[in-house]
Amino acid sequence: MSTVATPAPPSSIPSSGTTFVNVVRSEWTKLWSVRSTRWTLLATVVVSLGFTTLFAWGQTANWSRVDARERATFDPTATSLAGLYFGQLAIAVLGALVITAEYSTGGIRTTLTAVPQRLKVLFAKGLTFGVVALVTGLVTSFAAFFIGQAFFATKGVQAHLSDPGVLRAVVGGGLYILGCGMLGFAVGSLLRHSAGSITTAVGLLFVLPLLSNLLPGDWGKTIREYFFSNAGGQITTVRQDPNLLTPWNGYLVFTLEWMVILLVGAVLLERRDA
Amino acid sequence: MIEARGLTKRYGDKLAVDDLSFAVQPGVVTGFLGPNGAGKSTTMRLILGLDRPNSGVALINGHPYRSSRTPMREVGALLDAKEVHGGRTAQAHLLALCQANGIPGTRIGEVLDLTGMRDVAKKRIRGFSLGMAQRLGIAAAMLGDPQVLMFDEPVNGLDPEGIIWIRQFMQTMAARGRTVFVSSHLMSEMSVTAQHLIVIGRGRLLADMSTSEFIAKNSEARTRVRSPQGERLAAELGRHGGRVTQVDGFLEVEGMSTDQVGDVAAAHGLTVHELFTQRSSLEEAFMELTRDSVEYHAEFPADSGRPEERALTSARTER
Repeated sequence: MSTVATPAPPSSIPSSGTTFVNVVRSEWTKLWSVRSTRWTLLATVVVSLGFTTLFAWGQTANWSRVDARERATFDPTATSLAGLYFGQLAIAVLGALVITAEYSTGGIRTTLTAVPQRLKVLFAKGLTFGVVALVTGLVTSFAAFFIGQAFFATKGVQAHLSDPGVLRAVVGGGLYILGCGMLGFAVGSLLRHSAGSITTAVGLLFVLPLLSNLLPGDWGKTIREYFFSNAGGQITTVRQDPNLLTPWNGYLVFTLEWMVILLVGAVLLERRDA
Repeated sequence: MIEARGLTKRYGDKLAVDDLSFAVQPGVVTGFLGPNGAGKSTTMRLILGLDRPNSGVALINGHPYRSSRTPMREVGALLDAKEVHGGRTAQAHLLALCQANGIPGTRIGEVLDLTGMRDVAKKRIRGFSLGMAQRLGIAAAMLGDPQVLMFDEPVNGLDPEGIIWIRQFMQTMAARGRTVFVSSHLMSEMSVTAQHLIVIGRGRLLADMSTSEFIAKNSEARTRVRSPQGERLAAELGRHGGRVTQVDGFLEVEGMSTDQVGDVAAAHGLTVHELFTQRSSLEEAFMELTRDSVEYHAEFPADSGRPEERALTSARTER
């Protein structure tokens, strides 16, 4: 080579490097510096509380027509948290967007140039979003619980946080929202396309569980028991349906399900071209 | 310093980068030249570890980029200026990048000033023109004051003022001992910006030499002469060692200067109406070079590349 190599001077800028803490701070900035984050979180809360109010109002308005058998199995906690089944969609959408927006804008290449250790980026992103989803979920769940109980108190059938299993169910509502958000995130990391990821996550959480009720026989029952939201949602119940998984087992199954998807997404992230 | 050793990248059936080896040295601006689709962007993505090569390695400062723990101190890259989340402000975009590498946030103001972007720091990137996005990309690349700068077609979308700015910027950085690697499909742009050229076509290395050497080698000078006694003159020039061809009513003489041709004509009492040196333009030289590679690739499998075969195909396509 004809050019004479002159040694390049080192950079004058201090850098503590791509440590996990640094990458988490960066992802935190990224999460809050786009408008869609606040809007989607707000949607999660508003939709959940809106449907909870609707259900609780309907239940108390029709209370005189509810027969004794139904009254005996009435679960005021789970009913007050039923709105979360609608709010879950918004958080799953945000979970998917947190990662797919990087691909749709091409920003992933800027991100992976700044931090070439890809798994670090994925897990920092997941952790950052997970914390936000959990806090949002807990706030929503407690608010929904108190709104619901305010309605049920008019009929004297309200639950109290000190009742057995109630605190677990309300905290469980927050955990359930976390799981739904992480499912969206996991699907997003796997599929990388916003529309496809959102459709898939919504399908897994909302549409397929309804369809699974139509499945016949033993395998239909198994799918019903173990399918994403059917399993995960048990954590929000106080009165157990004996045909479904117990609260913590159900939540564990749900968690393992999204973790497997995320794991596949992580392996692909390492291997695929960005 | 950037090194590519036997880099090969396939997308499905298409061979985008084909056994590419080169080294980019610090202290000069190195132009990475090739027609659109030659594999320049792919090569840059391979260097940054964004795409995985099918074979070969790319090293920056002696190690693969993906193993770097302070990557922004090592490389500042601008591949596609529009590849950022448009919903973020310039300030937030730069802050997130600083944080990712633990670079002090005070650096943001410095790079905004450097690129003249301070006034729009609080604006969302979505509204930026391509020129502003390019400047933001350069600001981001400069956050870590990196040893290696890598820009993919940076003058695209810039106004003339912006083009001069970035040209001077790259030359200043090279003068400070940085490695500057810049791609372009425009020979004219590279001839005024780069001191060294790496030329590729169809993913293969065509030339790796200084710009002046490239110009000297590829813009061959030919002597042209016009005479009413063309046939006799051609015969005499042939006997004096010139290779003569007929072009546009001129005799084109290879291997003889204008002085020599004039002397031969005078010695034999032949009339000369015009006599001058014809130099092919750099752009033509570049197109000639890359077109050959394209034909060579299109017509023959990888192992046959004897010059006479190439000449043959060349003639066939020109017809």
